[in-house]
Amino acid sequence: MGKVWKFGDDVNTDVIYPGYALKVTNPDEMAKYAFAEVYPEFSKEVKEGDIIVAGKNFGCGSSREQAALCLKYVGISCVIAKSFARIFYRNAINIGLPVIELKETDEINEGDELEVDLNEGILRNVTQGKEYKIKPYPEIIRRIIDAGGLINYLKEGKNV
Amino acid sequence: MGTLAENILAEASGKSVSPGEIVYAGVDTAMSHENAALVIRWFREIGRERVWDNEKIVIIFDHRVPAESIKTAEGQKKIRNFVKEQGIKHFYDINTGICHQVLAEKGFSRPGIVLVGTDSHTTTAGAFGAFATGIGATEMAGVWATGRIWFKVPETIKINVEGELSKGVYAKDVILHIIGHLRADGANYMAVEFDGDTIKNMSIASRMVLSNLSMEMGAKVAFVYPDEKTKKWLEERKAKPYRFILPDKEARYVDEYNFDASEITPKVACPHTVDNVKSIEEVEGTEINQAFIGSCTNGRLEDLREAAKILKGRKVKEGVRLIIGPASWEVYRDAMREGLLDIFIEAGGVIINPGCGPCLGAHQGILASGEVAISTTNRNFQGRMGSPESFVYLASPAAVAASAIEGKIADPRKYLR
Ligand code: SF4
Repeated sequence: MGKVWKFGDDVNTDVIYPGYALKVTNPDEMAKYAFAEVYPEFSKEVKEGDIIVAGKNFGCGSSREQAALCLKYVGISCVIAKSFARIFYRNAINIGLPVIELKETDEINEGDELEVDLNEGILRNVTQGKEYKIKPYPEIIRRIIDAGGLINYLKEGKNV
Repeated sequence: MGTLAENILAEASGKSVSPGEIVYAGVDTAMSHENAALVIRWFREIGRERVWDNEKIVIIFDHRVPAESIKTAEGQKKIRNFVKEQGIKHFYDINTGICHQVLAEKGFSRPGIVLVGTDSHTTTAGAFGAFATGIGATEMAGVWATGRIWFKVPETIKINVEGELSKGVYAKDVILHIIGHLRADGANYMAVEFDGDTIKNMSIASRMVLSNLSMEMGAKVAFVYPDEKTKKWLEERKAKPYRFILPDKEARYVDEYNFDASEITPKVACPHTVDNVKSIEEVEGTEINQAFIGSCTNGRLEDLREAAKILKGRKVKEGVRLIIGPASWEVYRDAMREGLLDIFIEAGGVIINPGCGPCLGAHQGILASGEVAISTTNRNFQGRMGSPESFVYLASPAAVAASAIEGKIADPRKYLR
């Protein structure tokens, strides 16, 4: 279960993770830079398990993986958006941060409590008492997510 | 019966493919820049001793050259050591240029190949007919380990541009015009094919502008069909084996768009999104503090020539900072031999070494709060070039040069009559 942080359309990677912080490699430090320039309070107030809900084209912009990593490190458990920019989508899966495409994100409000069940393919909005079906992932993506990301997947000796 | 993307992926995966399907492809070229430091970290974690092929990995330093901080210096050192350890054959240190330009100059951007890079504007190599796209560092570590990657076969849209460009209108204006229509997610997950007379008549450098900026409408790959010009380039660069793969006549496109080049006028992408495109007349007169000509979008010789045409014998407005960053060492040298650098210096411009420079707001010309820049780069997101309270307008090199002279956004056409 996680509380919703609501964002709009076209949230870009420069906003999620500023360019000047790209040389940072320590996870805790990276977490602090999540939305650092634009929503300085975000990384302080976010709680483990919280969920980002956004409009279309979330994560557009650069290929910087730090945009997905900082969200994972700061405690975000899942990002739900109408659509994602493709590199962000791949990065999130590869680092083990679940991303879900859902058309109805407008119905979800800031602060709502959500429950995500990837195995059942169901998203519950506990606050509003609503349920949504999630489209199942293709086989390879499911296997990578199940392994907890691409590195673990490859560590297990598997190949793409 | 495939589009260009389908045909290349069919070749790379050894089977026939259709959109939406997941395929596994072998990688021909795997490019990274300073973010190779992060790739190395993940590669170590996977625990393989050797990279899959030390002749197919290319590493190019460009984002912060020369190193601007201890952290960057340490990262670069780590990469240099890794290059030695693994015997990575194609390594370009701080004296080469911006990765996408260097890939082209050194003959890595070739028709028919699968090229991945840990940089979103890797789409640039699509100008040569390569299936070229950006990936993250973790995924690159996977490529270094296995030489393979999965792709969802993209749907393709076709963009036809016909007609002659007016004076003062360039590839940059064409693509900004297109992005203004299709919007920032108009080609999300999709392949783009550019076709039409206007594109055929464009130089290689101009075609690279189209493929480069297509990323800003979400494109996975953005092709210009390889032709005689491509062939000439490849031969001059002694590019390794390549194959001219083209789409089939019966290829299916999810959408087709037609643009008339003769109707396109100088364009500007306004803060803070690339699809916030206006005609230059609508923003003319907006005061600026900085003007930047450079980047993987518009830092090539033809760009510097256009800027020099306008700056020759004129002065940059007092109080305005004009920064010029040639896209590569080769461009730098050619611009010097042609006397372009003299023109910029006489005008009061600051020439920086080849590299990304101020484009990503990491060094060399960061904007302060409240400041306004006009730039030939490809992104104007909030905080992209410095303070989150600064403003970036994107335009052609000619428009940036004209603006530097006037100290406000200016129409380049009046300087070109
Ligand atoms: S010049 Fe700018 S857009 Fe191009 S590779 Fe460098 S940082 Fe990226």
